[in-house]
Amino acid sequence: MPVNTDAVGRSYGPHEPYEVTRVKIREFAEAVDARSFAHIDPDGALADGYDDVVAPTTFAVVIAQQAEFHVVVDPEVGVDFSKVVHADERFTHHRPIVAGDVISTTVHIDAITQRAGISMVTTRSELADADGAPVATVLSTLAVREDA
Amino acid sequence: MSDENLPAFDGLEVGQVVATRDVKITRDTLVRYAGASGDFNPIHYNDVFAQSVGLPGVIAHGMFTMGTAASVVEEWSGPGNVVDYQARFTRPIEVPNPGAATATVTAKVGALDPELRTARIDVTVEVDGARVLGKAQAIVTCA
Repeated sequence: MPVNTDAVGRSYGPHEPYEVTRVKIREFAEAVDARSFAHIDPDGALADGYDDVVAPTTFAVVIAQQAEFHVVVDPEVGVDFSKVVHADERFTHHRPIVAGDVISTTVHIDAITQRAGISMVTTRSELADADGAPVATVLSTLAVREDA
Repeated sequence: MSDENLPAFDGLEVGQVVATRDVKITRDTLVRYAGASGDFNPIHYNDVFAQSVGLPGVIAHGMFTMGTAASVVEEWSGPGNVVDYQARFTRPIEVPNPGAATATVTAKVGALDPELRTARIDVTVEVDGARVLGKAQAIVTCA
């Protein structure tokens, strides 16, 4: 069954907020070999002008992918996850993410285009802090094969 | 961003390489990224599963490659100073077992905006001479 193009414009969440911790930032920084002390040392991060340890550039994917999951499992959208390949990703940071942030995310289906047996599903996750101020916008496109 | 640690805008030139790194990728690397990111798609650790969906074997997470390339940019820009970052995943990186794949990351000044004092950093990631990311660009705020 192909992806349902009528799903464009749907939005999901915010669901349970994501609490950003020092431990998770350190773990992610080590996994992508981000070497700045500002990812692991709170005092060093303070000296660099941050309120706490700062997340690497693509850390927001941890939060965004949890939100995007609601799109993938929506039966009315019709994404078969075993036929999905990640096509592209874009992060726009309105401010850096730091430990202590409590992030609420709303994900929107911005576009679904179909061509040559492949559906391209573009989602936009809007991450906001506890005050409702924007933190990051994450655009992600999945390519879904329509073959049997 | 943080004014305390911004890279200097003056002196940058289009075409200048600001950072480069060879990244060694093993199965251990992928398991570590899976845990850190929460992306447990078995194509990134299970050969039997990967082959069942038409892949030659286990491949790296596209987001691992994109994230590691960002770390190379940050080594020059400082942490927290990349305000926009995008990439297309054009070619998967096969990760052998045993053994390792080696990705060469190069971060180069692609464009400069003197009014906003931002630099567009164009990132290439090559494995065995072939590019694995398309249009990988980071916008960095400078002082």
